[in-house]
Amino acid sequence: MSVKVSNLIKIFETQHAVDDVSFEAHKGEVLGFLGPNGAGKTTTMKIITGYLPQTGGKVEVCGYDVSENSMESRRRVGYLPEHNPLYRDMYVREYLTFTAGVHKVPNAARRIDEMVERTGLSSHRHKQIGELSKGYRQRVGLAQAMLHDPEVLILDEPTSGLDPNQIIEIRQLIKDLGREKTVILSTHILGEVEAVCDRAIIINKGKLVANAPIQELKQQFSGQSIVTVEFAGKTDEKLLKKIKNVQSVKSVGPNTWQLTASAAHDIRADVFAFAVDQKLTLLELHKELFSVEDVFQQLTK
Amino acid sequence: MFAIYFKEINTFFASLIGYIVIGTFLVLMGLVMWVFPEYSVLDNNYANMDALFGIAPMVFLFLIPAVTMRTFAEEKQSGTIELLVTRPISDWQIVGGKFLACLTLVLFSLLPTVLYYITVYQLGAPRGNLDSGGIMGSYIGLFALAGAFVAIGVFASSLTNNQIVAFVLATFLCFMSYMAFDSLSRLPVFFGKTDDIVQSIGIAYHYDSISRGVVDSRDAVYFLSVIVLFLAATVLSLGRRKWA
Repeated sequence: MSVKVSNLIKIFETQHAVDDVSFEAHKGEVLGFLGPNGAGKTTTMKIITGYLPQTGGKVEVCGYDVSENSMESRRRVGYLPEHNPLYRDMYVREYLTFTAGVHKVPNAARRIDEMVERTGLSSHRHKQIGELSKGYRQRVGLAQAMLHDPEVLILDEPTSGLDPNQIIEIRQLIKDLGREKTVILSTHILGEVEAVCDRAIIINKGKLVANAPIQELKQQFSGQSIVTVEFAGKTDEKLLKKIKNVQSVKSVGPNTWQLTASAAHDIRADVFAFAVDQKLTLLELHKELFSVEDVFQQLTK
Repeated sequence: MFAIYFKEINTFFASLIGYIVIGTFLVLMGLVMWVFPEYSVLDNNYANMDALFGIAPMVFLFLIPAVTMRTFAEEKQSGTIELLVTRPISDWQIVGGKFLACLTLVLFSLLPTVLYYITVYQLGAPRGNLDSGGIMGSYIGLFALAGAFVAIGVFASSLTNNQIVAFVLATFLCFMSYMAFDSLSRLPVFFGKTDDIVQSIGIAYHYDSISRGVVDSRDAVYFLSVIVLFLAATVLSLGRRKWA
């Protein structure tokens, strides 16, 4: 596995910023790091990149301990810190050349062109970083993180402050990256986790409260699915309640009902059969699971 | 280390810093050598460069902190330090690269003054009648002094994320290490007893010693120690985040 965090503890003065957190991230996976502000996401990331030392526990990157074999682990990590710090007075290419030099990237010029191309910076490569818009600066941040072809990418809130179009583009880029690398990204935008990540870790007040694939997480913590159904004609609440596995029925509009069932059962087929049986025309039928928002709120209350 | 060295040099010359430092130094030195009547070679009628070597440390006292103040303070302010120290290079390489870059800029400002030497050499009567060995020593001394100032300045910059604080602190530390020990040695507590030891802690003592034209190993060791000491302190200060 690419990143292995075991029993990680970080104490600032008296505050437990990270409290006994363990998880693993594998190659070909995008791991979402969720939590309210101040939950310990950034601290955990700073420990993985070797910026901060841990108080206790162990962090391994590609088998190298980040505190004992820091140089080797640092070689394998690409890092986009929170707020994406950049040298504003440097030019895009100049900055990437510098980064390539520090990492001793072979064939630097070609690799830089490749990264510029991939992050969509081609038309801006001769501009000063300070002149770029926030979205393009974020791309520069991603380009420098990917430049030395690291096995692990640590991205701290990679889409914060971008406009919706930019967010979609950056997310697509991260998804593509996730196919060949291990990507750990932190965010407090829940939709982002649903859109990009394969697996999510939720931490709250330094403690790990969930670690599961997105789908599983949604089911596990909701336990319920909601089916909204609209008929063309009138029907009775009592009749609806008799459908197999339906737990509760709520009227949400004229001839529109919300049926709740356990997530384990799909009641849509039964609802359809009910409509046929009652000679009702079915206008709409759709099922939704609890959203990540609901899970998040439940867990971090 | 060289990636950082060249990045810093590029920054100096891409912005105005490099040109302003070199320009200011040369204009001041030109005025001192040739125009100001109380120092000018043309007015005091001796073929030497004492004016330059007497005033240059004073100019460096302000100019070098101005060069070094941004080295770490700016990186801390903008947050780029976090990226820098998580890259696969040691803190010594980062500090070394920045130190050498600043020292190179100072060297660039010093080099054109060789022209003054050539001029004084030509003006001497008879021609070439000047203490070339002494001047050679003075250049070495001045360069060593600049090295010490740069190390002090880089250290001061690593202590804060505010460039002005870094500048003031560096100027203060440079002043203390350059002149203060000379004056302190004249305090009654030390006078006649350990005043020579107190004096020899200061940079001025060793600078004057080298300027006589004899590069003594003791002076060389002294300057190297000061530089290494402050660079080590810088590395230590960079690791401060790990102390908690």
